[in-house]
Amino acid sequence: MAMTARQRARVSLYVQAGIFIVAVAALILATDWETIGNSVFNFAKIGPMFPGIFVTGLVNTLVYTFLGFIVGLSGGLLLALMKLSSFPLYRWIATGYIEFFRGIPALLVFIAFGYGVPLAFGVSWNVTVIVMISLGMVASAYIAETLRAGLQAVPKGQLEAARSLGMPQWRAMVTIVIPQAFKIVLPPLTNEIILLTKDSSLIYVLGLTASQYELTKFGRDGISSLGAGLTPLLVAGAFYLVITIPLSLLARKFESRSARTKR
Amino acid sequence: MNDVVRSSGGTGTIHAAGVEIKDLRKSYGSNEVLKGISLDVAPGEVVCLIGPSGSGKSTLLRCVNLLEQPNQGSIQVGGFEATDPDVDIDKMRRKVGMVFQQFNLFPHLDAKRNCSIAQTKVLKRSQAEADKVSMHNLERVGLGHLADRFPDQLSGGQQQRVAIARALSMDPELMLFDEPTSALDPETVGDVLSVMRNLAKEGMTMLVVTHEMGFAREVADRVVFMDGGVVVEEGVAEQVIGAPTQPRTKEFLRRVLDPTHIEIEE
Repeated sequence: MAMTARQRARVSLYVQAGIFIVAVAALILATDWETIGNSVFNFAKIGPMFPGIFVTGLVNTLVYTFLGFIVGLSGGLLLALMKLSSFPLYRWIATGYIEFFRGIPALLVFIAFGYGVPLAFGVSWNVTVIVMISLGMVASAYIAETLRAGLQAVPKGQLEAARSLGMPQWRAMVTIVIPQAFKIVLPPLTNEIILLTKDSSLIYVLGLTASQYELTKFGRDGISSLGAGLTPLLVAGAFYLVITIPLSLLARKFESRSARTKR
Repeated sequence: MNDVVRSSGGTGTIHAAGVEIKDLRKSYGSNEVLKGISLDVAPGEVVCLIGPSGSGKSTLLRCVNLLEQPNQGSIQVGGFEATDPDVDIDKMRRKVGMVFQQFNLFPHLDAKRNCSIAQTKVLKRSQAEADKVSMHNLERVGLGHLADRFPDQLSGGQQQRVAIARALSMDPELMLFDEPTSALDPETVGDVLSVMRNLAKEGMTMLVVTHEMGFAREVADRVVFMDGGVVVEEGVAEQVIGAPTQPRTKEFLRRVLDPTHIEIEE
């Protein structure tokens, strides 16, 4: 039986769709729906999570992420400029910092700043400060690499033109190069915020008071107190999507805009 | 140096500065691209630098405002000893306008802001005064009506004219042009050249790296032919382009000016 290329392509598509449907059907049939229903999709018992998870959890997650991002952005910019510096010591420090903080789990950083540093220096920080520093220091490392790439993507002629107009190096960077670099890295930077949003959940390792709970802590608390199995965690997860999906769409919008125009 | 008082806001007469270059040398690693160049440009004079690519003419131009650091020799620009290690580079550069082959307009700013940004940030002019100067210079290059356009909304020739207006807005005493028409569509070259022609008439000191022999012949007071990092021949435009004496100059001009002579260069 001879088929044209188009017919072959169509048959192949049907076969792929068939395999997918069979796989999904098998998965549905093999699932123990009663158990899953009780322990994961048990929405009848989650009432007590509200409105706390919304007015406290969601808000705290946003606040922690925002503070971490602000520190990360400032630190990241500083590190990126250090890494591009002509002074070797700055480059070494920045490279060391970036490799270290990108290489260790963020959880360790939270433990270090939540328990280690307060013990070592006899200070007691409040949770917000610890999140801000831990998240910020991890974010700095990632954002530094993103910004470095953005700074290098600005054509060299831009700096030359600015310097030729009599701008000192710092002024040319601040007024001409850095704004353009930020526009270039807006999409990856938005993705960075998404990662931070999720990493903010790591403060569960610290002791939190009720007003400091963020989404994940609400989920974990719900597991032990509501008797609805893992359902509370599922609810917390849904709230993360409420934050991250709009950010994702925003990143895509930035991407298509920068593809259209250089402005 | 005699300072001439001018009316404020760059709308007045041009106060032109001269350039003195003595035995200038520049190497990249072991590759010496400028092998002892001496060149004087009088205030108000227009000098065109011509020569094959790789002859060092762009490097020479870029040394004058220190975008390239010379290894040896001296450059004096309008009372500044550019090669003095203690020179205030930024202060010196304010007197030297630079126009690039690739325009290098700031893409995140509109035409007017391109012209005003350095005025407000460097010269500390008020935004209102800077805007006035910017508009004056945009009109001077025939683009007053496009002041609110962004660079990506302008043609190459228009972008280059904005770049000239941007440089003029700093009230320079000397203008450097690095192949200002080489990246342009042929039909927009004329507008840029006529802006430069007017500037020359107004008495601006101009140092122009160019392949536009017609422009050099018409506008330049002097033409300097460079090859292999040295000045091979210099003199009035009519002589260097019309009746060159050096074999290398003759050969270069024969290639540039004779459209029927086809030769593939690497």
